[in-house]
Amino acid sequence: MSYDPDTQSQLCPTTLHINGVRHDLEIEPWTTLLDLLRGPLALTGTKKGCDHGQCGACTVLIDGMRYNSCLLLAVSQDGAEITTIEGLSTGDQLHPMQEAFIEHDAFQCGYCTPGQICSAVGLLNEGHAHSREDVRELMSGNICRCGAYVNIADAVEDVMGQQTHAVAAQ
Amino acid sequence: MQTNERLYVGRPTRRVEGKLKVTGAAPYSAEQGQEGLLFGVMVPATIAAGDISNIDTSAALAFPGVVDVFTHETKQNVAWWDRKWMDQTASPGHPFRPLHSERILYDGQPVAMVVAETFEAARDAASLIRVSYRESEHVTDIRTVLDESYDPPKKRSGIPAAPKPRGEPEAAYEAAPIKISADYWLETEYHNPMEMFATTVLWEDDEHLTIYDKTQGSQNSRDYVCSVFGLKTENVRVDNAFVGGAFGAGLRPRHQLFMAVMASLKLKRSVRVEMTRRDMFYLSHRPSMLQTISLACDATGKLQSVIHHAVAGTSRYEDYQEVVVNWSGLAYACENAKLTYELTQVDTATPGDMRAPGSASGNVALESAMDELAYAAGIDPLELRIINFAPYDQNDDKEFTSKALHACYRQGAAQFGWEKRNAEPGSMQEGNELIGWGMATGFWDAQLQNAAAKARLSSDGHLIVSAAASDIGTGTYTMMAQVAADEFHMAIEDVTVKLGDSTLPQTAVQGGSWTAASTGGAVQAACLAVIATLLKQAQAIKNSPLKDAKADEVTVRDGRLVLIINDQTGVAVADIMAAAGVSFVEEEGKIGPSKLQMLKYISYTHSAVFVEVRVDKDLRIPRVTRIVSAIAAGKIINPKAARSQILGGVVMGMGMALHEEGMFDHRSGRLMNHNLAEYHVPAHADVENIEVIFVEEHDDLASPLGVKGLGEIGLVGVGAAIGNAIYHATGTRVRELPITVDKLL
Ligand code: FES
Ligand code: FES
Repeated sequence: MSYDPDTQSQLCPTTLHINGVRHDLEIEPWTTLLDLLRGPLALTGTKKGCDHGQCGACTVLIDGMRYNSCLLLAVSQDGAEITTIEGLSTGDQLHPMQEAFIEHDAFQCGYCTPGQICSAVGLLNEGHAHSREDVRELMSGNICRCGAYVNIADAVEDVMGQQTHAVAAQ
Repeated sequence: MQTNERLYVGRPTRRVEGKLKVTGAAPYSAEQGQEGLLFGVMVPATIAAGDISNIDTSAALAFPGVVDVFTHETKQNVAWWDRKWMDQTASPGHPFRPLHSERILYDGQPVAMVVAETFEAARDAASLIRVSYRESEHVTDIRTVLDESYDPPKKRSGIPAAPKPRGEPEAAYEAAPIKISADYWLETEYHNPMEMFATTVLWEDDEHLTIYDKTQGSQNSRDYVCSVFGLKTENVRVDNAFVGGAFGAGLRPRHQLFMAVMASLKLKRSVRVEMTRRDMFYLSHRPSMLQTISLACDATGKLQSVIHHAVAGTSRYEDYQEVVVNWSGLAYACENAKLTYELTQVDTATPGDMRAPGSASGNVALESAMDELAYAAGIDPLELRIINFAPYDQNDDKEFTSKALHACYRQGAAQFGWEKRNAEPGSMQEGNELIGWGMATGFWDAQLQNAAAKARLSSDGHLIVSAAASDIGTGTYTMMAQVAADEFHMAIEDVTVKLGDSTLPQTAVQGGSWTAASTGGAVQAACLAVIATLLKQAQAIKNSPLKDAKADEVTVRDGRLVLIINDQTGVAVADIMAAAGVSFVEEEGKIGPSKLQMLKYISYTHSAVFVEVRVDKDLRIPRVTRIVSAIAAGKIINPKAARSQILGGVVMGMGMALHEEGMFDHRSGRLMNHNLAEYHVPAHADVENIEVIFVEEHDDLASPLGVKGLGEIGLVGVGAAIGNAIYHATGTRVRELPITVDKLL
């Protein structure tokens, strides 16, 4: 831990693996993961919709599980594997969930979208969703003020179906 | 071979900016310019009315990283006259000036802003500012000041006043055999787009600014900044290429724009100011409203009298106005009507346009009252509406450019299965749930605004279309690309759309559902102008095969300018440009409403909304299980995005009906639920099945493209239809929105 007399800040050495890239950082203990991503790391795909854990716009995946990054202090994630919306696609190749969101027009303004997509990917990783009702219930932490819910559920169901097919085929 | 078929317009088309949005690459206004920025955080007032007696900023100023603190004591170099502060959509009154004086006009009013090197420092320092107040008396509940209501002396531009009474409404009401009269109450609602209002000002020098602003009109923001701060139009560029929703909240420049520009000019630095979710509750809102409506009909259901009176809240400093009661005079045929609309002042921020402003509110009263009348008359609610179909607009004595409302009723009812409805309340049950079916009609006006756009075709076949229009999630990017691609019969991938930039051709703010018709029409006009220029250039070529052709006889196909009736006859665009010695052709197109046509015709969109609710018998919790929304809105350019527009409107209507309300502590005059945990908006779990039907509606008069607009109509009617369904399920008529469970117990 280092102390900066100018800003009176304590800088905590923290290592984060974000989208497969290792970042060795010196972070003030009060910086949220969300503000770290959007500010110094310029990964603005993760959105801020409330800063209070009430909207889900800031959802990221940590070790495959979904979290509201506005509720996490960055220093507390030392060593974590973090995936943001920028890390879901590889080059021009979109993640199937991203592809499904475009096909089903599962967004309008696009502001809740990265959070919805990360949340949906996390949801399928968790393996608890087996029906449309489950999807709706378990995605309820992600608010879409444009009201794209029907289309989001369609997109998630679509990818869920693809995965079941893939499993069945194996 | 005929070469004028359309490949994109009218077909479901993926959003052209979709990839940017699903990968997080679309930049919103708080995501621009990372290097060397200062960050501003505002401090809200904690009383409803009074004065600041003291403001202590010393601790904040001493906080490490803080650069400056702005309060009403900071000297400002800004315009004096009110009119300089009025934006394109302002209501009559004195526009709010942030940090102007010690006077507090409403709870949540910004009283200070801390600017620091980091967001965290600004946020923490903001919490150290100590404000003392001298409180004065306040009122936040309009029901306590109904006796102070007034007809606004100055009308808001673009908002028609309530029509004069016609016939003998009172006498007809008295004489009619069947009548109802009821009061309807609406709480305030807050837009809450997911993106919080933010502005990033990139300071170049004292006179040149680039501003990324969350707004529904880049030119509106630019003009406001220039007028308030005395800057030149050509030196200020406002960009709103991506807007994370707005729903009307971005029609007026918001405080963060003023604050960011003020700080940037004073500190000579680039500055970002992003609101908190709490700040978002003090910008504007759908006003609270008390409506009294009386309807009477004869034994056959024919309306005899419509009397509709509304009193809406406004602020102490502006008379916000919207069209609330006029709809009741044109919705159904009736010879006797009296419609009145008044305001009363409370100590809140000025209300503002929120999706389907006025119409959504008035519709709750009218369409619920129609349901009450249907029960009083023993007539099916859908039947009652069909009986009273209005063939022309009786308010203005004008013809409709089109009105496919019968088709909405027919197709919506068929899809929903309305004929299986048992009219008796509480008669339809399943398990422990009461099932209710209700319906309503929706109305919105279809407007065409003056709009301009540019099209630029390069010799390599690439097309750029541009306009200072906005895409707040409405699909403007894709719509412009579709229209342009079809004019040149080219692949949509070869079209680049530029919008959301104040330097582009002039466009009104994005609101009122007019963008597709207006900007779409302007894009088409620009493309046709390019084709006309190409033809002139082609005719300058010796022995041109097109030498006798007229502009409306040619089009571009496969990179060639050809005759529409025979695409074998033509010249390659590249050859035309080479012969003319140019590498591109660029033209501007403009359209606007026809004054002459407007003397005779008026244009509306219509809808029929059918709703199923299920109410738990013991717990009385209502849930909306099914909605069918049948829409008549002229030509649908992109059925994919159009359906999403309607879905979104319906969902916001569900919020209005069941969830959304500003909860005031009227004793302190303060809003208590200024966050998304306590101000409920619909979530995934609330939204089950919504079906959208677009009925065929041909309309040559509404706009050149035949488009009428979709942004608002999806919401209108939903509130009443849900209330009517709840009545049908439970026998309880709730006349106060939102219909929360406590009102059903
Ligand atoms: S920003 Fe994290 S939940 Fe809203
Ligand atoms: S797409 Fe706009 S909030 Fe979800």
